[in-house]
Amino acid sequence: MQCADLTETLAGAADGVTELGRAERRHVERCLRCQAEIVQYRKLLRAMRSLRTEVLEPAPGLLADILANLEEAGERHAVRSILSGRRMAYLGGLAAATAAGAAGAIVFASRTRRARLAG
Amino acid sequence: MPREVADVVAAAKDGDREAFDELVRLTYADTYTLAHRLTGNEEDARDVVQEAYLRAYRGLRRFRGDAQFSTWLYRITANCAATHLGRRSRHRHDELDDSVPVPDPHPDHDPQLRADADDLRSRLKVALDALPPRLRAVVVLRDVYDLPHEAIAAELGISESAAKVRLHRARNKLRDQLFGRREGESRAG
Repeated sequence: MQCADLTETLAGAADGVTELGRAERRHVERCLRCQAEIVQYRKLLRAMRSLRTEVLEPAPGLLADILANLEEAGERHAVRSILSGRRMAYLGGLAAATAAGAAGAIVFASRTRRARLAG
Repeated sequence: MPREVADVVAAAKDGDREAFDELVRLTYADTYTLAHRLTGNEEDARDVVQEAYLRAYRGLRRFRGDAQFSTWLYRITANCAATHLGRRSRHRHDELDDSVPVPDPHPDHDPQLRADADDLRSRLKVALDALPPRLRAVVVLRDVYDLPHEAIAAELGISESAAKVRLHRARNKLRDQLFGRREGESRAG
């Protein structure tokens, strides 16, 4: 077991995500270099986690911009809903008229045919 | 999820627009922080935050409540940041000086050690900003925000194994920048 064999494992071991195998553990127990690397990863991960509690000051006016954007999006959605409702009613009317016309045409054709057959 | 936030989320899901505005007030600083960490600058962070809340607003009915609302919003923000940066196709590399390795004492017990920890954090932020965006995204989402690999992969549009490879490379680069590369060590990743 060489140090290079553990390159990908040590960060995970420092994180507690990866469990070292027996041979790996034996190597690390005897290798100051790998031990130092684990220590460095632990410091790095601890520093990374500490960033979680740090909240940056948002840019001035950002909250107002977000809310204004949402307001506009809400308005556009409402207008689209109204328009799609009217469009649906219009299309529904068209469909009904088409169906009525088709039914009328069928009735007319049928009567005409019967009249021809009758004489 | 804290009951207060859970109630606001429930009201917002029911279409209460004021409740959604309240959610924005409760979370926008946190969202901005994540966006800034992912993009590295204020201008992009503002754009990403705007887009993230728009998507959250449109998609809130799909939020099932099985995860924290904040986690759901982090994922949306990560996705928006990835899309935004992909559009800009920006790629930054800054070389930093090597640092001297230090032992691993517990920083809270000694003022000097706490100062060292603060110094490390300051240097870490500089090192994070210097990472290529695609590496920075993974390491921030994993090591700062504790998102699981599959969520990170899904939001960044990469495979889980690619996410793990990038995480490893990012951690290596950060460790090298903060603690220096030892003699004879090969540049892996």
